[in-house]
Amino acid sequence: MSDLHEPALSDEWELVVGLEVHVELATQTKLFCGCANEFSTEPNTNVCPTCLGLPGSLPVMNETAVEFAMRLGRALGCDVHPSVMARKNYFYPDMAKDFQTTQYDQPTNRDGELALADGTVVGIERAHIEEDAGKTTHVGGGGRINDATYSLVDYNRAGVPLVEIVSHPDIRTVEHAKAYVSELRNILLAIAVSDAKMEEGSMRVDANVSVRPVGSDELRTRCELKNINSIRSLGRAIEYEARRHVDLYESGEAPRQETRHWDEDGGRSTAGRSKEDADDYRYFQEPDLVPLAPTAEQVAEIDAAMPVLPAARRARLGALSSVADDVLVTVVERGQDMLALGAIEVGADPDKVLTRIQNDLAVDEWSSVNAETLAVLIQMESVGELSATQAKQVLADMAAGLHGGDPRAIAAFHGFEAMESDALEVLVDQLISDHPDEWTRFTGGDDSDRKKMQGFFTGQIMKATKGQADGRAVAELLGRKSK
Amino acid sequence: MSERITRNEVIHVARLARLSLTDTEIDEFTGQLGDILEHAADVEALDVGDIEPTSLPLPMTNVLRADVRRASLARDEFLTQAPASEAGQFRVPPILGEEP
Repeated sequence: MSDLHEPALSDEWELVVGLEVHVELATQTKLFCGCANEFSTEPNTNVCPTCLGLPGSLPVMNETAVEFAMRLGRALGCDVHPSVMARKNYFYPDMAKDFQTTQYDQPTNRDGELALADGTVVGIERAHIEEDAGKTTHVGGGGRINDATYSLVDYNRAGVPLVEIVSHPDIRTVEHAKAYVSELRNILLAIAVSDAKMEEGSMRVDANVSVRPVGSDELRTRCELKNINSIRSLGRAIEYEARRHVDLYESGEAPRQETRHWDEDGGRSTAGRSKEDADDYRYFQEPDLVPLAPTAEQVAEIDAAMPVLPAARRARLGALSSVADDVLVTVVERGQDMLALGAIEVGADPDKVLTRIQNDLAVDEWSSVNAETLAVLIQMESVGELSATQAKQVLADMAAGLHGGDPRAIAAFHGFEAMESDALEVLVDQLISDHPDEWTRFTGGDDSDRKKMQGFFTGQIMKATKGQADGRAVAELLGRKSK
Repeated sequence: MSERITRNEVIHVARLARLSLTDTEIDEFTGQLGDILEHAADVEALDVGDIEPTSLPLPMTNVLRADVRRASLARDEFLTQAPASEAGQFRVPPILGEEP
């Protein structure tokens, strides 16, 4: 199934999606105790009386977690409010206390928005602080919860600080849902509050999906999809769920409000818990924690320290160049925009810089490439000292830190020396006189012949020069000589 | 029986709290909870329009701690007190129903 081009729904139905994204904050310690907030392969090593919920233990809120949460709220344009913590009561062994400490009716961040790369704006209802739960493993019965003979519990993750970002049901296409998550991830990385890795669970996405007839503004029964582990999986899950709703309505039935589990391998969602009793969690205010009351000065400090966000970074590059939007998205996503800006500042051609980075710097480690050396490389290519293929090779070696990352030293090491155009011309003349039949086919043949012979002559030249000739210069020369 | 809370509501809340009540207890608690709600209704009748809601009796806000690690417990110390454990984890009876 393609989740890129196929529309999720027919012309008669419109998709309505809201997303709930849980993000683990990259603090040193947990939300309410001094246990390390870090992944450990050894279970139950980062636990203490507080995160085990032992009698007599008391929670104390982590200052950095609160600051990170407010920073995230402000990055999403939210208002920061005084807040109180609440207990969400449930019986499940992933929380030893039998409740999760979260924010309910008075969350820290409210009423923001997230602009997607294409300019679409999605409203943010709230971004609240809460704690993560422990991890359960079901043993026996093939690891499925309902057939297990018993379960094992690891509380290392219990109490890890989370922010849950709840969007309004403003999303209308699968593409926008995916773009929302990817832009949110870009923001989280830019403001350095989370490593935001979906595959490792530090960013988890639940999708509330419903459909309605086109032209209607009603909100129909929604289902909440869980267990979505990648952006691609999010697209597939929403598409499947929307089709399921349409099929139900078109056969005279209706979906039931429930949580559904996305099965990535099976490509389908399966029914879970009914969501009809939303008040069953018996929320009440946490008596062991006092309210958070951020001052206007604190919020102003957070705003003042806010780094330039991805949307503004794309706009900044876009204003200097004429490359396609997806090039800007990629370069900013990889955090290579400052490198590009630097190279442009010292005089390198903006489009060439951005295109070269997008195509040839898709590597994890590129710290040995700096603005000056990149500008030198682009300049060498621009004046024909390096062919496109050679420039690609030199950039790869620069990223690998070879020869001190110096493009001239690397080019010299490979023996990349641009041929003087006179030398090239002599070589081409020689080839023409050596291969008169091929030359006739090039100058007088049909398009297919011309193309083949162009390839033949270019190949001969590259062979004779060991790849050092500039492809464009060769094509130009052949064209000129055939007239 | 009070009109403030029904017998069915008491049964529902008891189920959520995993309490198993006898028929006699359900009747008894329905009456008692009704009395409590009746008392709350007396308070509701007061005009409190000008009074700030009190969320906590403590006149404090922003009690925070620095994000600094402290030693965690040694695993053996608490696992030996658990009813059952296995491979460094708490072992619990099979879980019925869905994850929260």
